[in-house]
Amino acid sequence: MLELYGQQIPSRLLLGTALYPSPAIMAEAIKASGADIVTVSLRRETSGGKTGGKFWSLIQSLGVRVLPNTAGCHSVKEAVTTAKMAREVFATIWIKLEVIGNHDTLQPDVFGLVEAARILAADGFEVFPYTTDDLVVAGRLLDAGCKVLMPWCAPIGSARGPQNLDALRSLRGHFPDVPLIVDAGIGRPSHAATVMELGYDAVLLNTAVAKASDPVAMACAFGKAVEAGRQAFRAGPLEPRDMAVPSTPVIGMAAFS
Amino acid sequence: MKVLIRGAGVTGLTLAHELSSRGADVTVVDSRRQIAGNASWQAGGMLAPWCERESAEEAVLTLGRGAADWWDAALPGHVMRNGTLVVAAARDVAELDRFGRRTSGYRAIDAGAIAALEPDLDGSFVSALFFNEEAHLDPRQALLGLQQKLARMGVRFEFGYGAVHSPSADVEADCTGITGQLTGLRGVRGEMLILRTSEVTLARPVRLLHPRIPVYVVPRSGNLFMVGATMIESDAAGPITARSVMELLNAAYALHPAFGEAELVETGTGIRPAFTDNLPRVEREGNTIRINGLYRHGFLLAPAMAVKAAAMILGTETEKERADEAHH
Repeated sequence: MLELYGQQIPSRLLLGTALYPSPAIMAEAIKASGADIVTVSLRRETSGGKTGGKFWSLIQSLGVRVLPNTAGCHSVKEAVTTAKMAREVFATIWIKLEVIGNHDTLQPDVFGLVEAARILAADGFEVFPYTTDDLVVAGRLLDAGCKVLMPWCAPIGSARGPQNLDALRSLRGHFPDVPLIVDAGIGRPSHAATVMELGYDAVLLNTAVAKASDPVAMACAFGKAVEAGRQAFRAGPLEPRDMAVPSTPVIGMAAFS
Repeated sequence: MKVLIRGAGVTGLTLAHELSSRGADVTVVDSRRQIAGNASWQAGGMLAPWCERESAEEAVLTLGRGAADWWDAALPGHVMRNGTLVVAAARDVAELDRFGRRTSGYRAIDAGAIAALEPDLDGSFVSALFFNEEAHLDPRQALLGLQQKLARMGVRFEFGYGAVHSPSADVEADCTGITGQLTGLRGVRGEMLILRTSEVTLARPVRLLHPRIPVYVVPRSGNLFMVGATMIESDAAGPITARSVMELLNAAYALHPAFGEAELVETGTGIRPAFTDNLPRVEREGNTIRINGLYRHGFLLAPAMAVKAAAMILGTETEKERADEAHH
């Protein structure tokens, strides 16, 4: 079973809680996906955590584990402050750490990310860093105290799917024992299945479900794709070959010449 | 029949109109000192059920498609039936396709047709969706106009502290929106701003699709333009944030550069009342009727809800309506 910071997590799909047509549809989609962890943005969904509010009560009523995030933070200081507020508001030491470095691509500022991760880990947080697929940065994040890595596979909300499979494979190969969660860029269930087949531990997504024409059905499809990808990885998929190989034995066949 | 309506927002006033025009003796009370400032006051005033269908359930279309006719009949001259134009920047045309796939009631148009509809947008967009059947009104003029008309019809209004002591009535209708504190009701904060410029003329609401910050600009008389609106899961009523102002202004500027030189004459915040499915409800408990949860569709859905509630109050609802109600 998936283990994140010592917690056993049955589902390998993590869902975001933004952009759904309504909270009722969000709740149904989360149920249909089978997700056990949902991410919640302190800023956009609770207005800075000042009110707590009904939306938060609704999420609590779903009985899922909450992973607060620092979405929209552009500096180390902002991210650290937001993480500390999230710890109070959501009563968890888990934090999905985002430090955005480019407004257009929402690409992580990996230097700020490593610094913020070090500060938060030293403060007792269990950090889930949203990072690129860069191998060296991944190593630095682990040095900083992270025990989970969340590389993107494409920019946030772009729905482009895995852009650099070699980099994702390389990360998996170098860090076989670190839980790796693909966060951001997944557009379709086949994208999720693809990264799960590479041996990734889980997938985190939001827009692909929330903005689908039928979010509940799409959540269900993603749940199945993640499970199928994981099972395929464990079953040991074939590597591609350059030659055709007949699936019916040829030896012993009758020869008609 | 004496009816006491709590709340002088769009829900309360449309219900007062339905009841009063059917002969009920209506009093409207509101804890505010005047109509200005409630959530309806901050509304866009778009009667755009097909556009809204893109992110809402079918009920919003079926309940909302008669709204323009209702307002036209109640307040002749207020409704502008010029349709809605939905545009996207060249790099975001995929958003137009997506929007179109999720609704109906439009035709896709090209740059020439855009220029014919809105000459000031000539050359800015290569394609758009035109929702010909949609309409808009100025919500503030409509609320004040409805209040004046209702007063002439004999409806009594009590605002401010006096409203706490409510006169006796056969039926009470609670139309208090987010202040109603109903179970399951939540607040969705909306922020908007009003710009004034004589450099731009628009005949109809224009929605600018953007993957991050979709906005609309609604023209009003006096060279005013309402730019809205944020959607934040919060019932905090404080002033608009700097970020929201930046995003709304950015979008307005993207629609037409002359908005960069406009005067920012007002910013506003309203708390939309919504149930978890974002659909409105009429409920009866003893001799109290509650209409709430109109979310971002106040002017669009209030007429249909008022008609429904009035039928319940006056006992004229059909057997079918009763049966439908029982399902909820």
